[in-house]
Amino acid sequence: MKTLRDLSRYPSAIAGLVIVAALVALAIYTVIAIPYDEAIRLWRGGENIWAENPKNAQPVWVNWFSAVKRPETMVFNSLDATESGPITKKREAISAKTTDIIISFPFDYAYDTFPQDLTIFFTSTFEKKQPYVNVTWITPDGQEIGLGEFSIDRTYSFRIPQENKLKRKFKDVPVEQALFTNAPVKDTHPLQGRYELRVQALVFEENADVDAKFVLYGQVHGLAGTDHRRRDLSISLLWGTPIALAFGLLAALGTTVLTMIIAAVGVWYGGWIDELIQRFTEINMVLPFLPILIMVGTLYNRSIWLMLGVSILLSIFSGSIKGYRSIFLQIKESPYIEAARAYGAGNLRVVFVYLIPRIIPVLIPALVSIIPSFVFLEASLAVLGLGDPVLPTWGKMINDANDNGALFQGLYYWVIEPSALLMLTGLAFAMLGFSLDRIFNPRLRGL
Amino acid sequence: MTDTSAPLPSDSMPSAPASAGSAPAAKAPSALARLARYTLTKMITLMLTVIIGVYLTILIANMGGFVDRIFEGQIREKITLAAAASRKMQEMPVAERNKLIEVQIQQERQRLGMDRPFVVRSLTFLTDALTLNLGRAQHMSSDSGSKQVRSIILERLPSTLVLFATANLLDFFAAVFFALMLSRKYGSLIDKAIVALSPMSSAPGWFYGIFLILIFASQLKILPFGGMVDAPPPEDTLEYALSLLRHMILPTLALTTSTIFGSIYAWRTFFLIYSSEDYVEMAKAKGLSPRDIEQRYILRPTLPNIITNFALTLISAWQGAIILETVFNWPGLGRLFFQAIGLYDTPVIVGITVIFAYLLAITVFLLDFVYALVDPRVKIGEGSRPA
Repeated sequence: MKTLRDLSRYPSAIAGLVIVAALVALAIYTVIAIPYDEAIRLWRGGENIWAENPKNAQPVWVNWFSAVKRPETMVFNSLDATESGPITKKREAISAKTTDIIISFPFDYAYDTFPQDLTIFFTSTFEKKQPYVNVTWITPDGQEIGLGEFSIDRTYSFRIPQENKLKRKFKDVPVEQALFTNAPVKDTHPLQGRYELRVQALVFEENADVDAKFVLYGQVHGLAGTDHRRRDLSISLLWGTPIALAFGLLAALGTTVLTMIIAAVGVWYGGWIDELIQRFTEINMVLPFLPILIMVGTLYNRSIWLMLGVSILLSIFSGSIKGYRSIFLQIKESPYIEAARAYGAGNLRVVFVYLIPRIIPVLIPALVSIIPSFVFLEASLAVLGLGDPVLPTWGKMINDANDNGALFQGLYYWVIEPSALLMLTGLAFAMLGFSLDRIFNPRLRGL
Repeated sequence: MTDTSAPLPSDSMPSAPASAGSAPAAKAPSALARLARYTLTKMITLMLTVIIGVYLTILIANMGGFVDRIFEGQIREKITLAAAASRKMQEMPVAERNKLIEVQIQQERQRLGMDRPFVVRSLTFLTDALTLNLGRAQHMSSDSGSKQVRSIILERLPSTLVLFATANLLDFFAAVFFALMLSRKYGSLIDKAIVALSPMSSAPGWFYGIFLILIFASQLKILPFGGMVDAPPPEDTLEYALSLLRHMILPTLALTTSTIFGSIYAWRTFFLIYSSEDYVEMAKAKGLSPRDIEQRYILRPTLPNIITNFALTLISAWQGAIILETVFNWPGLGRLFFQAIGLYDTPVIVGITVIFAYLLAITVFLLDFVYALVDPRVKIGEGSRPA
């Protein structure tokens, strides 16, 4: 309680605490909103899950800061068709068996750039004879452009910009641009207004039916944008939070507590145990930390929990053991320890009940301050391509972005979002640890 | 491999001069004999440390012999494929062909020394490594085509040193200098700003590297994305140097951003603690000039720490930084290490480790003597026996 009151005197501590609390809340929300299995299914899912997302789309909020309004993805499904519209689906019997199905997707286009892609996904039911489809594009100024005529299978996707006929027709203007301008010249502004995509399908059987889903892929998508595999980045941003926090906290806790116990045991028992611990620390200094982690990741297993274990193992015998040791050496001589011995406290009792609790004020700031380095360690491993193979993490986002040349292509959001969260986490714990250090170390107070 | 931590002076407090004030022994042996004994014990413990550390690295780099199995599979695959491609071998009867393949596999295993058990080989690796007989790489080769681990390492060393020695020395001296300045202006606006900025050191250099690339290479297009010199490398020496400098700006800046504020803060606190000692107050009371106080009463007692940090800074520069070099595409030892691990090239991994281990051991060894020179309280030999 007193600690909390002390903390409230440091603005950086309050800021740190607020950010940490927010991150913890976000982590809890994430774990509840997107359960672990669901997150992995979404993250590892391919085109079938993310088919309606644009590729490498920027987040929606870039529109708020820009005069140029980029289109968002629009999805129209003929299954949602109603009598009153806007999507309509009409059936007209032509003969006993042949029916004409007309699906109309009218939509308003009020953006300043062109969509990324236009695709129609057809689904149809028939027994033998494939339905025949005719797709027409109607611009706001009334032009009608035939996009193609073809027979469709039970499922069929029609990617409009990839149609060779249309490409030839519009020559050097990309199809998705040509459809949105009345005078097809390169690099012009799209014509705003009400467009319509009309699908006319002829079915040749009584119970046959055709449905279509028209997807206009935008240039922006969601709060976080999408990556090269059309995945919504908000999933990895969200799930990166609990993972980063868990990794940082567990590693910091494991390292500091074990280091402290080992230092205490060494000091209390002394002799060869102390000597051994000290030699071990020196050997550990020679061992290359990151390369060993990389070797373990390359040769054994890239699971994040294995990495966590190895990191803790390698960090236990670190330089801080010497720091704890010198403090314990002083405490060991205190009269209260002698008193405990006098009434017959055993060795382990002295270590755990009398020695270790005395050092907790030093331990807490050290623990909090060390968290950022482990959070960044996980990201570092991921950036080297040694991230956990299944989990979505911030480091893996940066790694994906780097591998796909995000910085070269100007897809900054892909790098900035995870980096900002990493920085926020690191700063929060660093600021908190910093203030705790001053509160618990009276020598630093006022400095 | 110092990608992840900022140096803190208190962490690297030397262990040796802990018991500086221990009472002199009643029957002190001659100073020279004591010195010799101390030197010898120190050397032996350090050597043992190096031996165990390097042997552990050998074991880990081979995954306790597991890497041999990977190699065997690779050898078998390579030779079988070569046999399948060769016309002459195809015409042979199957039994004969298989026999020939087996013979070739055995030869290849012998060439790589894999016919002996791993434990024996690991000891050979160890003695070779310790005698700095680094041998030949298994897969990698230097750009000039040599397979000698020595040439591979020597080829990468200059590029690592030019970047990391520059950056680390710059950061070190800048940090100590600014820290001294701030400890004088304690509580000023700039002091508060540095204190507020010091949590920035929780992020490693590569992290800032990404942002710097984003701003200066991708957005402003005034500095290169990475690499060490332009491609093709300029012929003219001066142009070469300029190109190198241009490529060094971003990685140096990245390293500096990630270390400078934290280390200024750490040094500043350190100096402040020392300047609140009684003897400094005494000196102030005597009316000594601030300059004298700083040099004789603050810098002098903190010199051992400054030297320790300086030495550790120098040897950590030797290894480079794996991720920073990867992010900036810098052809240094860090990336070499990473590539070697990816190719399971144990000789290269062990070679880099053993050189680092030796450098560390030599530094730790020399530091003890340096302390004795700069700190009158420390007497060599007295601190060697546990109190």
